[in-house]
Amino acid sequence: MASEIKQGTLELVNHLPILQVIIPMLIAPILVVLNNKTLSWLLSFVGTLASLFISILLIQAVSDGSILTYYLGGWVPPIGIEYRIDAANAILLFLISIISAIVLIFSYSSLHAEIPEEKHTLFYACFLLCLTGLLGVVATADIFNVFVFLEISSLSTYVLVAQGSYLDRRALSASFNYLIMGTIGATFFVIGIGYIYMATGSLNMMDIAERVSQLGDNRTIQAGFAFIVVGMGLKLAMVPLHVWLPNAYTFAPTVVTCFLAATATKVALYVLIRFVFSVFNYEENFVSELFFLLLMPLAVIAMIAASVIAIFKQNLKKLLAYSSLAQIGYMLLGLSLMSQKGLSSSLVHMVNHGFTKAALFMSLGAFMFNTKNVYIKSLRGLGKSMPFTSGAFVIGGLSLIGVPGTAGFISKWLLLEAALETGYWLLAILIIVSSLFAVIYIWKIIEVLYFAESTETYSEVSVLTLMPIWILAFFCIFLGINTGLTVDVANMATEILFK
Amino acid sequence: MDSNLNFIYGHLPYWLFIILMLSGLFIVVSRGNLIKKIVGLNIFQTSVFMFYISIGKMKGGTAPILLDKSANNSAVIYSNPLPHVLILTAIVVGIATTALGLALIIKIREEYDSVEEDDIQKMDQKDLKKYNKKNVLETNS
Repeated sequence: MASEIKQGTLELVNHLPILQVIIPMLIAPILVVLNNKTLSWLLSFVGTLASLFISILLIQAVSDGSILTYYLGGWVPPIGIEYRIDAANAILLFLISIISAIVLIFSYSSLHAEIPEEKHTLFYACFLLCLTGLLGVVATADIFNVFVFLEISSLSTYVLVAQGSYLDRRALSASFNYLIMGTIGATFFVIGIGYIYMATGSLNMMDIAERVSQLGDNRTIQAGFAFIVVGMGLKLAMVPLHVWLPNAYTFAPTVVTCFLAATATKVALYVLIRFVFSVFNYEENFVSELFFLLLMPLAVIAMIAASVIAIFKQNLKKLLAYSSLAQIGYMLLGLSLMSQKGLSSSLVHMVNHGFTKAALFMSLGAFMFNTKNVYIKSLRGLGKSMPFTSGAFVIGGLSLIGVPGTAGFISKWLLLEAALETGYWLLAILIIVSSLFAVIYIWKIIEVLYFAESTETYSEVSVLTLMPIWILAFFCIFLGINTGLTVDVANMATEILFK
Repeated sequence: MDSNLNFIYGHLPYWLFIILMLSGLFIVVSRGNLIKKIVGLNIFQTSVFMFYISIGKMKGGTAPILLDKSANNSAVIYSNPLPHVLILTAIVVGIATTALGLALIIKIREEYDSVEEDDIQKMDQKDLKKYNKKNVLETNS
């Protein structure tokens, strides 16, 4: 079924995997040279639209189960670097590029409220570099290349988070803590890669997978795997390693928070999935035991504890950040079930939660432009004076809870099915309990929005700000009704990964 | 006893790697001074560089440069250059991280007038109490 694409021809489709990554990378320095605020927005928007277009082409090309490969510089792997697109990364590429395009629409009308105008060019350049890094991590099939792109995206993320310091100086220490934690995570990841290289002598994922299966029981490989799990655990904010996340999300500018919450942690989780299934053998004892004994309990703790903490938060950005931690718990749980259904629920939830959380953070950002505040009390009665933003927030909230008809329902339902299929009744109950906590904290906000007496009246935000919010809200519903894009592709991806 | 000593001596680079790595990590976790944290992070990263370089080294291996094209080189043992090249990339990443960390520290110093984590946390707590119900955007301008 898998069709290999002929290398070395000039047909455009053969070059899509690399174009995807290279377009934002090339635009970023051009922005800095041009140094024009409006032009840099336009160019980065065009760049992300090109990425989006390419990712849609890629998803069409691989949705039948075929695999696109691209050899950098024509060097055949395992010597050269290989880019390899299958259903699993095509779906992530689509998520990243569409979220970045929507976020850029939002930033056009809103960025000046949070960042001084003379910094906008550099901001967009950083944003594009971050996008490059995230796309590169997902597209590549070379494990050292994963590290390099991961650091490109992380370094620019630290800068982007620190941009929040124009409003609140705590963004600086949040960014610094993120830098320390992120670098420790990345260094653990490199140590893991070193161990793998030591045992196999290769950096190409497919090649390593072959050699690992021949090695049998090997302590070096197992140690490498442990290092990689810890490193990625730090990047994806697995529960005991999540300390950087709430502050980074709270104090970063809205645009950055939307983008990070929807993509960054998912990409780290994708790397973990890719390593478990495409590099190591998921049937190996040390892999499945680690997931069953360590990651599953941690995922459950994240689901419950983060949701409970979220209930008590007054700062809404922090509330949503903790709810993100809980959602990461769902994704990890789906993965740690080690079944096809579990993994596909995890992939679907990545996409659905990406849209949901971006919609929530974005409408919260729109509230913030009027109220100049992210505390729950300031939202009193905004349901009447800002009906459209509040409507989008409610849709996002319903999707976060998992009400039928929204995107969140689909992935939670798949996760429940997967948990029941493997016979873990307790897990299914805990998933529902965690969803009930989500009902509490979302309802708390909706109550203030619609049923509290307003002290001040505000006017609705501009159409240009509303448009991206409603695009995301539309996706929250669309993905709950039409599951062709998410569930089918995710099922195809799990088939490829489990092969 | 003798074999134990051989084991320890034979893996000397790895022992050093472990010691450096753990001391670096310990400094990052235990020190409250932000600059010292960055120093610890650097030591931690350097240990990984050492680890990579030592896995590429062969006993008696020479630098991987083709000396004489005409002669038969099959007898010459070369060190594996790939880990060395990889670590060049990692060094660049490390430098970028250090530079960014130091830049952030400068900014933090400007805003808080301190580089001690405890002081910064105390000031944040104070801010939180003072401005909790007030306007976040206005308080800083």
